[in-house]
Amino acid sequence: MITRRHLLGTAGAGAALAVSGLGLPNVFEANAAGEVPLTPGIPEGVRSYATMATLPGKKPLIRLSDRGPNYESPLEYFRTPITPNDEFFVRYHLSDIPEKIDANTYKISVGGDGANGQAEITFDDLKKMPAVEVVAVNQCSGNRRGLSKPHVAGVEWGYGAMGCAHWKGARLKDILEKVGVKTEAIEIGLNGADGPAIDKTPDFIKSIPVWKAMDADTIVAYEMNGAPLPHFNGFPARLIVPGWTGTYWMKHLTNINVLTKPQGGFWMKPAYRIPVGKFPVVARFITQEDATSTPITEMVVNSLITSHRDGDKIKRGKVAVSGLAWDGGYGIRVVEVSTDGGKTWSDARLGQDLGKYAFRPWSFELNAKRGKNTVMVNATNKIGQSQTAELIFNPAGYHNNVMQNITLNAA
Amino acid sequence: MRTYIVAFVVALIALPAMADEQTIKLKQAPGVDKVEANCQACHSLAYIPMNSPFLNAGGWDAEVNKMIKAMGAPIDDADAKAIKDYLTKNYGG
Repeated sequence: MITRRHLLGTAGAGAALAVSGLGLPNVFEANAAGEVPLTPGIPEGVRSYATMATLPGKKPLIRLSDRGPNYESPLEYFRTPITPNDEFFVRYHLSDIPEKIDANTYKISVGGDGANGQAEITFDDLKKMPAVEVVAVNQCSGNRRGLSKPHVAGVEWGYGAMGCAHWKGARLKDILEKVGVKTEAIEIGLNGADGPAIDKTPDFIKSIPVWKAMDADTIVAYEMNGAPLPHFNGFPARLIVPGWTGTYWMKHLTNINVLTKPQGGFWMKPAYRIPVGKFPVVARFITQEDATSTPITEMVVNSLITSHRDGDKIKRGKVAVSGLAWDGGYGIRVVEVSTDGGKTWSDARLGQDLGKYAFRPWSFELNAKRGKNTVMVNATNKIGQSQTAELIFNPAGYHNNVMQNITLNAA
Repeated sequence: MRTYIVAFVVALIALPAMADEQTIKLKQAPGVDKVEANCQACHSLAYIPMNSPFLNAGGWDAEVNKMIKAMGAPIDDADAKAIKDYLTKNYGG
């Protein structure tokens, strides 16, 4: 039987893209075979129960849990630099998720001890403000946690807790100017309409530094890829914090609090922390730092091979291998490919540049010989940061940007 | 191939509005009743097999303690011990 995997292996990149545009046959195959296209290396336990499942308005996603809803995009959904809304991953911490939010009665309350006044912003108000558009990657801090060695506790994501969309909304800065920010303000606190199942569980509340809130690219988005946000991606409006991991991108945004003291609560500390000094990140969240840990901030430079899976069968000769690269907002300078395990490297061809916060497509022509062919990828951004060869272990499994090295078997 | 695609599209249309509820069948062993009674009030039981089999006794202890202390789960000491034992024996590494 010819499987989709074989079809992909034998097709050129163009044909592969055309097939994946349908999105259907491969997922069907995954279901028919009773196997879910999980990322190699995630904990064995995931395989024992995870299935593809379809949320309202979504295509089938890999369901890791339904309360809270955690659904990962399979590799096939990453063959374009923009991730369609119905293929975009879903991530919630808590399980009291509003079933429906009425945009006509929806409001964002703006205030806090660091604000001069208070305001309520309706959905209409938001849309009347100057509109800003930005293409940006939304990646869960824990994306690839499932690949940590040793494994660490948490939602065991493979490659697919991320997506890139064209967002449209109002600047957070413009919203803050409606209430006035005092000079002693240090952070902007954020809350959304989702909450815990019981009152004693800490609500998911986050903050960002004032400097990041005032960035012209930080917006409260009400459109995603030209359409209203899908419910499970934060309808009617969510925060977009380009370059930073998804934990700050508050969905169903209901409260914006200007703060003169650091935001407390479980979700700021001990959650979402990285060890001080272990990762090459530039953006710091100083008011939340302590001697040993600091909040996760910008994404580390990374790439993903999306045309093939590890172990795929291919034909001998020229084979187009392609994928995506991204970083914390400095932009991708070069993507290099090695077919000899990292001894020598060649530049991949970079595709369409949708902006410094976006997925950057790349492609490489592999001259496949009979037997095993390895393809290793390393992206470098415009400030000279590259991916890591060895995992930088940390207890929460964040920032996994280990270079992939996949094997393709040519008959 | 076309037959398959058509069949899949038909299957998609036939899907109910909500995704089917996730059903997690935990290993039937002493303590499973305490796990089901306490844990799924707030979250899917999927987190248990998901975090297996790599968590050892210390790892499962830490998770249950986190649920009680950080997440406010109202689990008494006897149940907490039964849950930790069950997880370590059945989902431990």
